[in-house]
Amino acid sequence: MVKLNIVQAINQALGQEMEKDPDVIVIGEDVAKDGGVFRVTQGLLEKFGADRVIDTPLAELGIIGAAVGLAAYGMKPVAEIQFMGFTYAGLEQLFSHASRIRSRSRGAFSCPMVVRTPYGIGIKPPELHSESPEALFAHMPGLKVVIPSNPYNAKGLLISAIRDPDPVLFMEPSRLYRSIKSEVPEEAYSIPLGKAAVFQEGSEITVVAWGTMLHKAAEASEGFDAEIIDLQTIRPFDEEAVVNSVKKTGRLVVVHEAPGMCGFGAEVAALVADEAFGYLKAPVVRVTAPDAVVPMARLEDYYMPEIDMIKKAFERVMQY
Amino acid sequence: MTTIETSETRYLQVINEKGEEDPSVMPALFEADFRRFFETIVLARTFNQRALSLQREGRIGTYASIWGQEASQTGSALALSAEDWIFPSFRESGVLVARGYPMWMLYRYWAGDERGMSAPEGMNIFPMSVPVGTQIPHATGAAWAMKLKGHKKVAAVYFGDGGSSKGDFHEGLNFAGVFKAPCVFLCQNNQWAISVPRSSQTAAKTIAQKAFAYGFEGIQVDGNDVVAVYKAVKEASDKARSGGGPTLIECFTYRLDDHTTADDASRYRSGAEVEEWKAKEPLIRLRLFMEKKGWWTKEYEDAFMKKAQDTVDAEIKKAESYGAPDPADMLKFTYKELSARQAKELKERGW
Repeated sequence: MVKLNIVQAINQALGQEMEKDPDVIVIGEDVAKDGGVFRVTQGLLEKFGADRVIDTPLAELGIIGAAVGLAAYGMKPVAEIQFMGFTYAGLEQLFSHASRIRSRSRGAFSCPMVVRTPYGIGIKPPELHSESPEALFAHMPGLKVVIPSNPYNAKGLLISAIRDPDPVLFMEPSRLYRSIKSEVPEEAYSIPLGKAAVFQEGSEITVVAWGTMLHKAAEASEGFDAEIIDLQTIRPFDEEAVVNSVKKTGRLVVVHEAPGMCGFGAEVAALVADEAFGYLKAPVVRVTAPDAVVPMARLEDYYMPEIDMIKKAFERVMQY
Repeated sequence: MTTIETSETRYLQVINEKGEEDPSVMPALFEADFRRFFETIVLARTFNQRALSLQREGRIGTYASIWGQEASQTGSALALSAEDWIFPSFRESGVLVARGYPMWMLYRYWAGDERGMSAPEGMNIFPMSVPVGTQIPHATGAAWAMKLKGHKKVAAVYFGDGGSSKGDFHEGLNFAGVFKAPCVFLCQNNQWAISVPRSSQTAAKTIAQKAFAYGFEGIQVDGNDVVAVYKAVKEASDKARSGGGPTLIECFTYRLDDHTTADDASRYRSGAEVEEWKAKEPLIRLRLFMEKKGWWTKEYEDAFMKKAQDTVDAEIKKAESYGAPDPADMLKFTYKELSARQAKELKERGW
């Protein structure tokens, strides 16, 4: 089987879905001739033409807002926003419209669109290029939030996101784009949204993570009997998988690169407190960024949860 | 120095306040067309008046009146084809009534029931947008989709003078210009965005002229002249349908009522101004014009008023006898499929 990186896997998923469904179009800034700032859409213009791979004016609200109308009318827009921090311009379109058109119209209209955007710290870019606000989006009923962690699930999850009948925010870990390769089947395949994957089986600690942090958690788990769950979809998330694992291990550590305050780890912790309280042997521990604005390059390494921090969390829960 | 380009902003009025027509711009319309205009305005006004009464009686919630804007709303809606898509703001009862949207559903919506915005199959009317101007890019997107699919249809979007100040307006119109989307932008310039006058929304002389900067045509029409509105929208939609791209139409009209039933316009505008505009409201001139043509009599109007009231009464009856919404609907329509969490919540709450 061919080994691909995440950029190649996503590119392949886009191409295959465009091949399969003529309503799938790619829109965004610099996605056509330039192939996107991370080259994720490279080659699609040549293959599918200017009516399906479309450079838009430089306007994130316009891209997301127009995607709502495109999707409502029957196209399947896959909109690229160059960096997660720039989705903020389109928040009202996502929160007030895309996420609730099905509900507001009681099913008469829907909005099956995908917003793809690279997220996260670790590539030392300028300001607002390293955001990880998944919890913000996960709080909004009507949206789905998907975060792949490797080339294999990036392809399968994106295919599911494109085929999904509801709006999906697809957050791509920019740090992992080209840094890991894995075997990716050539044919199109889908990985269901809302289902976690067990990255590593174990019996003493349940570790919940996604995206970039999954790999940090895995690295830190050396020497521990940790079961690592890759959430893959943040909303809706696989509650059953988390609860069942904690029932087995009795310990939970959640790792994410957003600040802990109202971070998605709080939701995972609350779920476990609610559904597996009697099984817990130790306090639930979250390893997160500090409660601060994402820093620029020079302080990046201090902000990002590091292996040592994660190891300490594992040691802490193992004291019980 | 040289001139790169100059723009002209045209104004269209076909029937003036005295009911006199300008034959040079009068489109080919017949008695039946004028009766349709007249009757649609009366029906929309009747719907509106009853909505205001129902609000005072506590039978519906806060409501945004269309009084004074009926020509802008019905004239534009009647100029569009049934397969065209409409993206209304929250002050568009006249558009919806003109398109035959079930009035009982509108009353349900204003009484706080989402089912009222579940447009019947084949009626391409998006739920009215509550955040101002944010529906503009949706229409651009839908129009763009029509073009991509090769469908000869039009997306029409309604917004106010306040909405023209939003970034959504800029991005929506800019995209439409770039992609030559078959879109008709219908600005209902009713002079007031709650308490802020049109002069405080933009330093431009008109809203129509903004189209020039997006690379397409803008026109200001007398929004209280149903024929002018009809003609401008018909021409713009024909143009869009045949690949000519978008048009911005500024309907110059006036909101005779408060912003909503929760507002008191006497706090910020003079009674004299309102009285001045009352004399220009759309039905007066249409009545005068039709009378001169021999198409209007008091008996005709009285008979139709009675019919409109009976129709609206029946719609209210239907709205109020409709069963209460099911709380499970809140969850069931969030996604196509219930999530595990939602299924659990439904069960826990016994819905």
